[in-house]
Amino acid sequence: MIRAMIHIESLSKSFTLHNQGGAVIPVMAGACLSVAPGECVGLTGQSGAGKSTLMRMVYGNYLAASGRLRVGEVDVASAEPREIIALRRHTLGYVSQFLRVVPRVPTLDVVAEPLLALGTPADQARNRAASLLERLNIPERLWTLSPTTFSGGEQQRVNIARGFAHTYPALLLDEPTASLDAANREVVLTLIEEAKARGAAILGIFHDEAARARVCDRLVDVTGFTPRAAA
Amino acid sequence: MTLLQPSEFSTKIRSPDQPLLRVEDLTRRYGPRIGCAEVSFDLYPGEVLGIVGESGSGKSTLLSCLAGHQRPDLGRIAYDGRDVLAMTETERRRLSRTDWAYVHQNPRDGLRMGVSAGGNVGERLMAVGARHYGDIRAKAVDWLGRVEIAADRVDDRPTAFSGGMQQRLQIARNLVTGPRLVFMDEPTGGLDVSVQARLLDLLRGLVRDLGLSVIIVTHDLAVVRLLAHRLMVMKSGRVVEQGLTDQVLDDPQHAYTQLLVSSVLQV
Repeated sequence: MIRAMIHIESLSKSFTLHNQGGAVIPVMAGACLSVAPGECVGLTGQSGAGKSTLMRMVYGNYLAASGRLRVGEVDVASAEPREIIALRRHTLGYVSQFLRVVPRVPTLDVVAEPLLALGTPADQARNRAASLLERLNIPERLWTLSPTTFSGGEQQRVNIARGFAHTYPALLLDEPTASLDAANREVVLTLIEEAKARGAAILGIFHDEAARARVCDRLVDVTGFTPRAAA
Repeated sequence: MTLLQPSEFSTKIRSPDQPLLRVEDLTRRYGPRIGCAEVSFDLYPGEVLGIVGESGSGKSTLLSCLAGHQRPDLGRIAYDGRDVLAMTETERRRLSRTDWAYVHQNPRDGLRMGVSAGGNVGERLMAVGARHYGDIRAKAVDWLGRVEIAADRVDDRPTAFSGGMQQRLQIARNLVTGPRLVFMDEPTGGLDVSVQARLLDLLRGLVRDLGLSVIIVTHDLAVVRLLAHRLMVMKSGRVVEQGLTDQVLDDPQHAYTQLLVSSVLQV
């Protein structure tokens, strides 16, 4: 059997609100999941069930309380910050629903940045960025402008272009087709299929059921990982 | 003197596995009061470490101890494997001229206001032994260009510059000698938001292309989110929490960090 790219075992998470009487809110318990190279796994479950929380934990954005969480060769649950920085740079991409960038940086550079961070020569990185922006139908006259002023759908596409600039072996996609028109939705689904074909392991949240059916090989319902209310 | 080209420099240090700076149990007291206490961390090449905390939290004391402006009472600082606190004053000064740089919050503290922009940059080069006027001027103009100061302003004094330009000039003056470690004290403080953004973009590019290690002290959480890889939160002289920047900001573990994060006004 092929070794999983993303492997999660009895993972749990709780938030302690120190400034609200020290309330402890368990949000996840016993999460188990694995994603093989070339596979796309979709997370399902109602809003608030913990899909985004799980994705954020895989990315190292939320700390795990206990359990095992491995991406590639890195044990994310116990890794040093610098190991996670390297993991994010080389191995693990994340397309979130929000675009967070330095204001006034041109769109072309925002998209090229993940490649520049890997030491790719600037012209090569910008060429790759340009071809992705073109595929995602961002008009060339916008490339020199900062995406902070773009519409929601345009920002979403810039975010996707940035997430696919480097060929990450593992990808997290948080509703990549939300707020896209049919033509752009098709481009994004094709990008996902191409990433799978080159062997990327993908973990995603797709509210778009047709999209989910098309790209996901398996679905995992996170409701099973929701801690039961203490009796 | 020879400076490495940016590309050469960054490949040389792109996959570093030894810390550039190693700090252990650093403590500085002011009489009975704690400036900073028992601070320990490692900083690797190419890493940006943010230090946040409110006024009086000890972040500036820590920065000045690290940069050698103050002597800590206890603890160890190793730079590139060398014991900094055991160095002679001459050795340490040499280090601050060559390998280190310090960007002050107020550009006036880091610039010579009576000397031209080009002179401010050239002076740093001369301090490390550059003598050929043409080379010095060419390098100064090159660096002014990198921080987006037009070549026709090279003979103007910083007093004729806006705050944002003065700050960019201070950065050029500091980086021209190719330092590996840069200390920054609120480098975007007091600047207009639009100027801040441009400076942040400049700093990110320099960190990436030159493989700089940076320690940046600020109270601005938005600035550290965009600039720092790792974050240390200080309160009453002590580090209460440290980790990956976005993790500390999005999933803060300590009560004080939770308070700090939840107190930021949303725009």
